[in-house]
Amino acid sequence: MSLRILVGCKRVIDYAVKVRVKPDHSGVVTQGVKHSLNPFDEIAVEEAVRLKEKKHASEIIAVSCGPAACQETLRTALAMGADKAIHVEVSEAEYATLQPVHVSKILAKLAERTQANLILVGKQAIDDDLNQTAQMTAGVLDWPQGTFVSQVEPEGDSLKIVREVDGGLEHIKVKLPAVVSADLRLNEPRYATLPNIMKAKKKPMEKLSAKDLGVDIAARIKVVNVAEPPVREAGAKVENVDELLGKLKDLGRI
Amino acid sequence: MIRIAAVSVARRLALAEARLLHTTANLACAKVERRAPVESNSFVMNIFKGDANLTQVFPYPDNLSEEQVETLGMLTDTCQSFLKEKNDPMRNDREGKISDEVMDHLREMGAFGLQVPEQYGGIHTNNQQYGRLCETLGYTDLSLSVTLGAHQSIGFKALLLYGNDEQKAKYLPDLASGKTIAAYCLTEPGSGSDAMSISSRAVLSPDKKHYILNGEKIWISNGQTAEIFSVFAKTPIEKDGQTQDRITCFLVERSMGVQNGPPEKKMGIKGSNTTTLRFENVKIPVENVIGKPGEGFKIAVQVLNNGRFGLGSAMCGTMRYCIEKSTEHATQRKQFGNTLASYENIQEKLARMQMLHYITESVAYALSGNMDRGYVDYHLEAAVSKVLGSEAAWWVCDEAIQIHGGMGFMQEVHLERVLRDLRIFRIFEGANDILRLFIALQGLQFAGGHLKELQRAMANPTANLGLIFAEGSKRVKRAVGISSPPTLDAYVPARLQMPAALLARSIEQFGASCESLLIKYGKNIIGEQFLLIRLANSVIDIHSMMCVLARCTRTLQKNLPTAEQEAVLVDLICSEASERVARNLGQLRSAEKLANYKRMQKTAQAMCQTGGVCTQNPLGV
Repeated sequence: MSLRILVGCKRVIDYAVKVRVKPDHSGVVTQGVKHSLNPFDEIAVEEAVRLKEKKHASEIIAVSCGPAACQETLRTALAMGADKAIHVEVSEAEYATLQPVHVSKILAKLAERTQANLILVGKQAIDDDLNQTAQMTAGVLDWPQGTFVSQVEPEGDSLKIVREVDGGLEHIKVKLPAVVSADLRLNEPRYATLPNIMKAKKKPMEKLSAKDLGVDIAARIKVVNVAEPPVREAGAKVENVDELLGKLKDLGRI
Repeated sequence: MIRIAAVSVARRLALAEARLLHTTANLACAKVERRAPVESNSFVMNIFKGDANLTQVFPYPDNLSEEQVETLGMLTDTCQSFLKEKNDPMRNDREGKISDEVMDHLREMGAFGLQVPEQYGGIHTNNQQYGRLCETLGYTDLSLSVTLGAHQSIGFKALLLYGNDEQKAKYLPDLASGKTIAAYCLTEPGSGSDAMSISSRAVLSPDKKHYILNGEKIWISNGQTAEIFSVFAKTPIEKDGQTQDRITCFLVERSMGVQNGPPEKKMGIKGSNTTTLRFENVKIPVENVIGKPGEGFKIAVQVLNNGRFGLGSAMCGTMRYCIEKSTEHATQRKQFGNTLASYENIQEKLARMQMLHYITESVAYALSGNMDRGYVDYHLEAAVSKVLGSEAAWWVCDEAIQIHGGMGFMQEVHLERVLRDLRIFRIFEGANDILRLFIALQGLQFAGGHLKELQRAMANPTANLGLIFAEGSKRVKRAVGISSPPTLDAYVPARLQMPAALLARSIEQFGASCESLLIKYGKNIIGEQFLLIRLANSVIDIHSMMCVLARCTRTLQKNLPTAEQEAVLVDLICSEASERVARNLGQLRSAEKLANYKRMQKTAQAMCQTGGVCTQNPLGV
C-alpha cells in the first residue's frame, strides 16, 4: 500500500536560543528571535523522506499552522525532501492560544482533503511540550495511533512499529491509515543540501485558513501569567557527612 | 581673486601633471586612460579629490529580497549546523588536510559551486549571499575556508568571469559539484607581489593547436588536490609588427602533465593544501585559453579583486568566534572577587573588538552589496576591505587570547590555532603592504587626472568657466579657512550628525593633503612610501567611517532593535578614526616627521650594511 504522508511542521523558537519572558508576562519574546522547525517534527520529516526513498511512500505533504513566517519552516521541510506544503494561516493573535485541540482538527480535515493515509508528527513541540497533537488527531479521525516511535516499517496495509517504553521496547502493529509520532531515536535528520534548498523554492505551497477547512480556532484557554523559573540559589560545599547532617538539621529539613 | 587663485594653482598643477604618475605597472588594475580623466562613482576614489561621492554609499546596500534573505538563512543554517557538528578544525590542523568525510559531505551539500549558475549545477548565490556563507566558514575553520575559497573564490573564477560557453559547459559542472577541485596559479619563486614579472612561458606549437607551457609556481593552495588549474604564463604576442611577451590565462587539466611538490609545512591554515607546481612541456589545447591571449594580467588582477570580498566576510566570522569566546570567558572567570567583565580594562578590550567587527562587517557587506548592484569600480574598496579585515581579525584574536590569560595560550581553547591561521591573511591575496601602496597610488593617479583636466580648462578659460569657478572656489575657500566640508546632513539622521561631521572634516582634510602631495612631489610620490602608507591608512579610516555611518543610518531608519547600540558604536568609531586621520595627514607635512622618515631610512640602511642590529650590546660583549 503506497503511503501518502502528511507531516506536521511546527515553527518554534530555535533550541539554541535563550528564551526570555515578555515584560508584561503575557508570553515569551518571539520578535527578532531565531526560529526553526521543531526538532521532533524534523525527525518526522526525515522519516517520511526515508519512506519515500525506500519507495514506500508516493507523496509527502508538509503542513504548518501559524503566521506567515511558517512558510519558512515549510521550506525547510521541502528542502529536506517533502513534495509540497500546506500553510494554514493563523494570525499572531489567534496563534497565541492555538492548541493541539485545534491543530488536530485541522490535520484531520487536511488528511481527508489530501487523502493521506499516514500522519507523521513529532511527539511534542519543544516550545509548549504539550505532547497531544498525535493522540488527539487519531481521536478525531478514529484512526489507530503509534506514539513515541523509534522504528517504523510498512508491511502490507499495516505499519510495524517499535516504541520505547519504560523498561524496554514495545513492538506493535497498526493498520493504515494511522497517526504516528516520532521519538528522538527514530532517525538522525539529514542536513538539507544547498541545491535542494534552492529547488524547494519552486515546490508548490498551498495557503489555506482554518475557516476554509471549517475548523473553529476560537481560544479554549486564557494565558494568565508567564514567568521565568526561579533562579536557583547558590549551594554550599560540605566536607563530610556529619557536617551535611548538621546543616540539614539547622535548616529544619531532618 | 578667485580667478587668480585658480590660475596659479593650475600652473603649479601643470608642472605636477607633466610628471604625473605612471604608477602601478606592477600594482595592478586597468591602465588609466590618459586623455580624459576617468570618471568613477567609487567613494574611495573620489575622496582623493576631496569629494564625498555618495552614489555607492547611500543607501547602504539592501539588495536582498525577503525571499533571498530567507533562502540565505536556510543556507547558512544548514552549513552552520553541519560544520559545528561534523567538522573538527583541530583534527584538520593536526592531520594537514580537511577530513575526507567532511569533503565528501560538502560535495553532497553543494558547497563547491556556490556562485556557479544553476544551469551548470551550482546554486548561483549573489555576492552578498556568498559573503555570508564565507563568514560561516570563517567562524568555524579557516583551513576549510581557504580550501573552498581557493577553489571557487579564485580557483575557477577566471573561467566563471571570462570563460566562453564551451569552456563553461565542459568544466563548470564538475567544478560546481566538487568532483574536480580548482587552483589559482600566479605566484612564482621570482614573482610574488610583483606579478607582472612571472617567468612561466607558453609558446604555440608549430601546428598552432597547442601551447607548450614551461615554468614553476609556488604556494599554490589546493596544489595537490586540484584537477583544474588557472595558470598565468607569458606568451609571445604580436602587436604592431613587434613580438612582446604578454601574460595569458590558461585552464590546465592535471592530466595534461601538471606535477606538484610535497605539501608545504606551514604556520597556520594547515588543513589546507599548499604545494609547488611544475610544468614541463605541458601541452595545452588552444581552446583552453581563457579570454584572449595577452589579457592574462587583467584577468589575474580582476579575479583577485573579485575574490577579495569573500575574504573580508570570512574575517567577520573569525572575529565573531573570538568575540564570543572572549565574552564567555570574561563573564565566567572571576579574579580578585569579580568577573573579568566587571573591570574597565577588559571592557575596553571587548568594546574595541566590537568596534572592529562592526567596521569590518559594514565595509565587507557594502562591498559585496555594491558588486551586486552592478558597480565595477570597486577595486579600492576591495583592497580596503581585505587590509582592514585581516588586520582587525588579527588584533581581535590576539586580544581574545590576552583576555583568556594563560588559558588562551593553550591549544584546547582553540585561539592559538585561529591566530596561526589568521597570520597568512595579511600576506596572501595581495600583501597588505602592497595593497596600501596600491590604494594610495591608484587614488592619487585618479586625483591627478582631474587636476590635469583643470589645467587643460585653463587653456580655454571662457569655455570652461563653470569648472574653473567650481574648482577655484573650492581651493580659495580652503585657503582662507571658510571652507565648507562636504555635508552629509541630508543623508544621515539627526542622531548621527556629529560623527558625520567628523567624517566630512576628514574627507576635506584628506583631499587637501592629496592635492598638496601631488603638487609637492609630482610623479616622485611613487617613491615616497612613508607618506603613501599614511595616506592609505587615512583612506581605510575614512572608508570605515563612511560605511558604518551608511549602515547605521539604515538601521536607524528601519528602527532595528540594535539601532541605538549601533549609533553608540558609530560615535566611538568616528571619534577615534577621525582623530587618526588628522594625525596621519599631519604627519605628511610635519617637518619633524619628515625628518624622522630620513632617520628611519638611515637606520635601516645601517642595519642592512651591518647585517642585523646596527648597535652594540651595552656590555660591549
